[in-house]
Amino acid sequence: MPEPVIRVLRGGALALILLFFLFPILWILLMSFQTNADILRIPPRLGFTPTLSNYVALLSGKLATSSGTLDITFLRNLGNSLLLSVASVAASLVLGVPAAYAFARYRFRLGESIAFTLLSFRFAPPLLVLLPLSLYFQILGLTNTYGGLIWVYQLITLPLILWIVRGYFEDASPDIEHAYRVDGHSWWRTFTRIAIPLARPGIAAAGLLAFIFAWNNFVFALVLASADKQPVTVGALAFVTAAGIQYGQIAAAIVLSILPTLALALYAQRWLVEGLSLGAVKG
Amino acid sequence: MSGLEISDIRARFGHAEVLRGIDCRVAAGETVVLFGPSGAGKTTLLRAIAGVEPAASGVVRIDGREVQDLEPEHRPLGMAFQNFSLYPHLSAYENIASPLRARRLRSQEIEVRVRRVAELLRIGHVLGHIPRELSNGQKQRTALARALVAEPPVLLLDDPLRNVDAKLRYEMRLELPPLLRKTGAAVIFVTQDFREAMALADRVVVLREGAVLQDAPAEEVYEAPASVPVAQLFGDPPMNLLSAHLVPEGNRVRAEAAGMAPSFADLDITHLERPFLGVRPEDVLLASRPAGGAHAEILAVTPLHDRCVLLLRAADGTELVASVTGAAPEPGTFVSIAGARHAVLFDPVNGHRLAISGARTEVAA
Repeated sequence: MPEPVIRVLRGGALALILLFFLFPILWILLMSFQTNADILRIPPRLGFTPTLSNYVALLSGKLATSSGTLDITFLRNLGNSLLLSVASVAASLVLGVPAAYAFARYRFRLGESIAFTLLSFRFAPPLLVLLPLSLYFQILGLTNTYGGLIWVYQLITLPLILWIVRGYFEDASPDIEHAYRVDGHSWWRTFTRIAIPLARPGIAAAGLLAFIFAWNNFVFALVLASADKQPVTVGALAFVTAAGIQYGQIAAAIVLSILPTLALALYAQRWLVEGLSLGAVKG
Repeated sequence: MSGLEISDIRARFGHAEVLRGIDCRVAAGETVVLFGPSGAGKTTLLRAIAGVEPAASGVVRIDGREVQDLEPEHRPLGMAFQNFSLYPHLSAYENIASPLRARRLRSQEIEVRVRRVAELLRIGHVLGHIPRELSNGQKQRTALARALVAEPPVLLLDDPLRNVDAKLRYEMRLELPPLLRKTGAAVIFVTQDFREAMALADRVVVLREGAVLQDAPAEEVYEAPASVPVAQLFGDPPMNLLSAHLVPEGNRVRAEAAGMAPSFADLDITHLERPFLGVRPEDVLLASRPAGGAHAEILAVTPLHDRCVLLLRAADGTELVASVTGAAPEPGTFVSIAGARHAVLFDPVNGHRLAISGARTEVAA
């Protein structure tokens, strides 16, 4: 086939894929500027009068419905989401990166079994562990605490970070670390000055993924926390009111809750594409 | 003793014994070439000395002090890794400065010493580059500079010229010996290249399958290999090993093979049958005209500009290699083998060296 034809076909395929993945986001964005009446009109119309009322309702915390004004805690939920996700990922990085290094560099008793057990947390459906967990949490007094939630979030974030970062540590030549030791640097300095910088793209990728998974989690907070500790994913339930489902506010809430992840992804991209270990050893 | 002294270094990976009790001494200012084929355990031995090989055991003394129980950062040595192992995220300058930073020198002092060693190795102009931006030769010199910069009493150089192009390798062979002598360090230099070994070594240690086969000055290893494996490994083209027929002659014994008949003194031949006669290609004496000696057909000719290597088939059917200077003869023509300038006799059973004949240099048998 001639070159231009291939290029057109490839462009067409790309456009289709982009349309498939991005159209829902575009539609949500449009919905967030529409009133519920516009949204529910059949057939839908592209020509509508944009309104900021959805965002105003979210930010002011007052939701006017046909059956009166409701208090919503969207901003607090957003704050909870940020707190829970950031703290969970931070805790997982502090615990997971050294653990990943240990699994990558050292052979020890039950090493593989421990690593696999940690991974297996990702196999079990969360609902399976939630019931016993909620009982334990009541006994321990962890129900409806940030600490308890962050702990449970480790089930999501820790295995992810551990396994992704481990691969990056394994890819780096141990001789680079040996060389640094022979130069006269301690084990700890070698870990912080050589091993971590070389695994940075992996740590960034794993951190970002873990953040997204933590951010999107729904069921842990639904069961283990009450309204004032719940993230946006659970808080969005509030828009299903007695007076009907507030599609406009849901859309606006989704748009707002995508923003932090999007910003983080754009920021972390710098490290994701950085191929640091190239040229480190021969070849 | 100042310098490096190792004894009974052993290492095993699973069931494979990689080092089988290595003993070696390297005096300060001496360069010992560790020579051997791939998988001989050369790199493992260096790693054991540096303390980065957990599978190794044995005693390592540096300037008389036992260091085998110390962490690598507390052993006073420098090492250049075969794969360079530069820090990819740091500039060449910081790579070289790393051992000095570990010793917490002031930054002016570091600057002076890094610049000095970089000028010596002619990489002063690329100090600001990160390893990815360096050529292989520059990477290799950076790795070497990093090993040298802190002037450690022991230097471990793991085949540092392997990954550089021929021109640079040749230059470095000329430059390295005076450079290493100037450092006054005890140097172990690993290589698989016998020319490199000859060029650099005060002494050669031949390692194979985790054991030392010979530990002697380079000339001696070349002229009087301790055993058949050493004769096969050390030299290019390798030593001819011919099955010889023994003929007693007074108190001497002639070993006849392929028209050569060097004679050996002080040889007990009561239990000896058909030993191996080892003759270096350049020691095979050829007569251009078939006169007197045994005829041999030239099967193939490899010209090496200053000399050429001939593959010969002697009258008795054995094949051997000879190297001659001057014009290349035609394949298919005949020459005669007049004798051997220098030859070594090996035990056919255990491969050990039995005797030397026609010593070009005096060598203890």
